[in-house]
Amino acid sequence: MAVKVAGRAASRSRNHDRPDPKPELIQLLTPEGERAEHPDYPLELTADAIKALYRDLVLVRRIDFEAIALQRQGELGIWASLLGQEAAQVGSGRALGPRDMAFPTYREHGVAWCRGLDPAKLLELFRGVSHGGWDPKTHNFHLYTIVIGAQTLHATGYAMGIQRDGAVGEDGEAAIVYFGDGATSQGDVNEAFIWASVNNAPVVFFCQNNQWAISEPLDRQTRIPLYRRAAGFGFPGLRVDGNDVLACLAVTAKAMQAAREGQGPTLIEAYTYRMGAHTTTDDPTRYRLSAELESWKLKDPIERVKQYLIRSGMANEDFFTEVAAEADEIGTRLRTACLEMPDPDPLSMFDNIYVDRNALIAQEREQLASYLSSFAEEGAR
Amino acid sequence: MTSLTLSRALNEGLRKALENDPKVLIMGEDVGKLGGVFRVTDGLQKDFGEDRVIDTPLAESGIIGTAIGLALRGYRPVCEIQFDGFVFPAFDQIVSQLAKMAFRSLGNLHLPITVRIPFGGGIGAVEHHSESPEVLFVHTAGLRVVACGDPTDAYAMIQQSVSCDDPVIFFEPKRRYWDKSEVDLAGGLAAAPPLYAARTLTSGDDLTLLCYGPMVRTCAEVATAAREEGQSLEVINLRSLAPLDLETIFASVRKTGHCVVVHEAPVTAGLGAEIAARVSQECFYSLEAPVLRVGGYSTPYPPSRIEEHFLPDLDRVLDAVDRSLQY
Repeated sequence: MAVKVAGRAASRSRNHDRPDPKPELIQLLTPEGERAEHPDYPLELTADAIKALYRDLVLVRRIDFEAIALQRQGELGIWASLLGQEAAQVGSGRALGPRDMAFPTYREHGVAWCRGLDPAKLLELFRGVSHGGWDPKTHNFHLYTIVIGAQTLHATGYAMGIQRDGAVGEDGEAAIVYFGDGATSQGDVNEAFIWASVNNAPVVFFCQNNQWAISEPLDRQTRIPLYRRAAGFGFPGLRVDGNDVLACLAVTAKAMQAAREGQGPTLIEAYTYRMGAHTTTDDPTRYRLSAELESWKLKDPIERVKQYLIRSGMANEDFFTEVAAEADEIGTRLRTACLEMPDPDPLSMFDNIYVDRNALIAQEREQLASYLSSFAEEGAR
Repeated sequence: MTSLTLSRALNEGLRKALENDPKVLIMGEDVGKLGGVFRVTDGLQKDFGEDRVIDTPLAESGIIGTAIGLALRGYRPVCEIQFDGFVFPAFDQIVSQLAKMAFRSLGNLHLPITVRIPFGGGIGAVEHHSESPEVLFVHTAGLRVVACGDPTDAYAMIQQSVSCDDPVIFFEPKRRYWDKSEVDLAGGLAAAPPLYAARTLTSGDDLTLLCYGPMVRTCAEVATAAREEGQSLEVINLRSLAPLDLETIFASVRKTGHCVVVHEAPVTAGLGAEIAARVSQECFYSLEAPVLRVGGYSTPYPPSRIEEHFLPDLDRVLDAVDRSLQY
């Protein structure tokens, strides 16, 4: 009897055809700008609060835009754009309390903004002036982490520290950690889920599923919706419209409060789209169709808030003009700060490696210093 | 003075560290109820509680990664990697995160984490249980790397490592865990040499013999055997592998003119290579023979029935001593 063996591709597509309950998407503001209600996430915001969110969204997009331009002009080595992910970052960022601790990837410019970090500090990293260099304790915003997923363990350990400090409870603290869809394949992320789960650690896992890990689509990372993975680790997971700033705010606020009170971790999958390239060195036209991008443009995170503000009469044209002007001002300020950024002293590479004096480092520093000064003497002759 | 095994000396040192600083934590696989597979943490969970002596899930990257988070929150974790060959799943967290955090934060963050790793062979183990990966960490800026060689060192060095604000990779010679010597538990650490300092075990004029970890006892025995043949060896226990106590090494080699470095790790690009290069550069006119290295071969660690041929022993070291002195 001849037995036909299905090829790898065929068997994969069969798996994809398996019936799968449609994932629920938590949404409080439709792409058309209409307010939706969700029984688990009642959200009452004043007009001023919604206008403030709109302002955040516009300003962080403007910061991102300016950084891309600076890279194109040779002022930054590279830039990782957040275009399209503003709502996920601003919504979650504004849900944090001052004592909560945020652990970002290298794309969380919107969260950095919400935490009060000067955007110029972000440019230092991408210009090659430092590897970050801000003090995470000032804004409770950790350094950007570039190795994918590594920071999920740091956040979980930090949350275990919160537990040991007795800072879980009514007036508790929590950590939030950002990562992408690609990161969910990393061992570290899965280990973080396990650690957080068995320790019931006060940490919220905020996954921005922007559909693409550089060139690899989501189906290279998962066969099930990402938020459902949480069930296997023993804590709740949910999917939120990542382009809906109100929903992102509501679900993050609730998950953070649960963590602070001792109810343990939550996985939030913010379903969104990377509108731009992975970084300024990437060319997405090589691997994805423009039709996909066009369909996501209709779900733009900023436009829907604007429509809502207009339709509900909460804001008039003056407000939008003001915000646009403020955005341009920030763009100009950022550009100036970037261009005025001094290169670090070459000898600074020997600083901050060890707390204790290290003879070898001191000797090598001396070597470079005298080598450099030999050119100065030559010039003087 | 109390006679203690190296394992017990580490245990007493860790106990002191836990007593002295409430922020000190111990974390690893089986470190709690079991007391560690080598019993180094025996009884500590019982006395200090499950919040401070933590049995972790079985994932090494997770151990180091969460320790980093705890350190960011103000804690001082002591992580146990159960065996040398199991450190590699944690390699990224150690090399890319732990080692670099102070530098990338411009000194705003420090990670006072000690990573304990039992290392070396000679116990008849299956593969991945007998390796000497120390030079991988020596090569990584931002880490301090130390190896204890006897109970006296073990007791002091573990406490010094825990109180050090830099990350320390702490190697323990697993086949010497049951070696005994006198340890001064009452006297504190005032008399102990600093963590970065090498220790001269026997003074001699003919040849400098450099060693650390499990080779400390081997080299002490070499010196005794050589003495019977009229050779006076200066045995130096390096203790700190990063940074190296180069001044102590150079002073000895300038005196003896001969230098042999001994370690279990393969000699290729091993610590002996680094020492040979530096000694050649700084002691060129004092040297009467090339610096020789005795170590493992450039092979994977062999099956245990033939490991004795891989590991440096008394005869192989004596052979190198003779070759150097007869050069």
